[in-house]
Amino acid sequence: MSIMQYNGGSVIAMVGKDCVAIASDLRLGSQALGISSNFQRVFPITDRIYLGLPGLATDVTTLRERFRLRVNMYTIKEEREIEPEAFAHLVSSTLYEHRFGPYFIEPVIAGLSKTPTGGIKPFIAATDLIGCINFAKDFVVAGTASAKLFGVAEGLWEPDMEAEDLFETISQTLLNAVDRDAFSGWGAVVHVITKDKVITRKLKARMD
Amino acid sequence: MAQPSVYRSAGFDFSNQIRNNFLAEKGLPLPKATSTGTTIVGCLFKDGIVLGADTRATEGDIVADKNCEKIHYITESIRCCGAGTAADTEFTTALISSNMELHSLQGGRKPRVVTAMTMLKQMLFRYQGQIGAALVLGGVDSTGPHLFTIHPHGSTDKLPYVTMGSGSLAAMAVFEDGWKANMERQEALDLIIAAISAGIFNDLGSGSNVDACIITADHTEMLRNIEMPNQRVQKERDYKFRRGTTAWTKEDVRKLIVEEQITTLTTGDEMDTS
Repeated sequence: MSIMQYNGGSVIAMVGKDCVAIASDLRLGSQALGISSNFQRVFPITDRIYLGLPGLATDVTTLRERFRLRVNMYTIKEEREIEPEAFAHLVSSTLYEHRFGPYFIEPVIAGLSKTPTGGIKPFIAATDLIGCINFAKDFVVAGTASAKLFGVAEGLWEPDMEAEDLFETISQTLLNAVDRDAFSGWGAVVHVITKDKVITRKLKARMD
Repeated sequence: MAQPSVYRSAGFDFSNQIRNNFLAEKGLPLPKATSTGTTIVGCLFKDGIVLGADTRATEGDIVADKNCEKIHYITESIRCCGAGTAADTEFTTALISSNMELHSLQGGRKPRVVTAMTMLKQMLFRYQGQIGAALVLGGVDSTGPHLFTIHPHGSTDKLPYVTMGSGSLAAMAVFEDGWKANMERQEALDLIIAAISAGIFNDLGSGSNVDACIITADHTEMLRNIEMPNQRVQKERDYKFRRGTTAWTKEDVRKLIVEEQITTLTTGDEMDTS
């Protein structure tokens, strides 16, 4: 049993056509004992960036507040909203600062970045607990069900899905993966970020 | 007056150490970070240096990234391949790259490979092997082409052909068989590709594609994914779900476009501006 498994929980992010989705389960546990079925671990950073923080729950709370501070400081200094790429590096350097005494969190970032021509580009990334960034073009996973999520997502994901199709794919991927993970589950939430709106849906899930 | 603690000094933060050591004492083992199980190589040829790397990143027995970049930028004509703890190779090379830029700006001269090598080894030695970066450093400067390996504890080697990472044995076998002094550019590139391929196919820690970088006195060519022998074949059919498959209980839509309605007030006469 590792510290990463102590509270349970998983997050997944996927790229679609001009949209991204990020989803997580809602379980907070203390080893095998379930504590809450409404534990938020995906947070909005800006209108178009969402951050998932699977791992040790105490660090979820700590890091959420630290990123809130650092993003606010960035916005004030730069006088503009942070872009997903810059935010990914902010997350990465915050975690690497704690290289020898890490936070037990493996963050997942999903957002839409602006292109120089005024368009938008989907962006997803994940880091390990000391801040090594993984820029993926398809999907990223993290948490106690990561091994299962990798397998299901590898089978179900395909390029250029519309927002509604992406919702189905990410939901089914998460639901089916967490059902085979004892430490994840107890409800799920999905955020689909598109050009003009963010759709958040609570999924009907197994509650065992 | 009380000040909010916004300032943070440079360097590592050890504030979680007491808590983490306590957890480790309780018998909860510390989790593992992403490592680049890696094959990285470098070789000298007639006009310069060729560097090579595979593109797999692993987290234990899981392939975390199938196409990561392991050839890092130091300066325009110095590059560095990284093996070991992925975050360490990433941040160590970024830090030295930054310092090399400042160093060359201060001196007003083109940076040398030995300078980068010395900066790297002194940093790694200072951290006594705790920073798990195993590097292959190569480049061309005013004193000619140079190729080094740097181990996590800070020791260095200078050799005409080098390999590192878990696939180093497979790659070195290819080098020992095929390396010659004063090779042509293409010959050297082919040898690098063969060495990395040996790692990709014979070492479980290495996989996916071949990256290469050719550095000569006047030009650096980064050949990203020069060989892609492990492309996924096109799926014949798909598993797309019909819309409405997933049952949900609550929906919340946040509109990002602000809708506004402008009502022009047309009461009264216009102002006389004559």
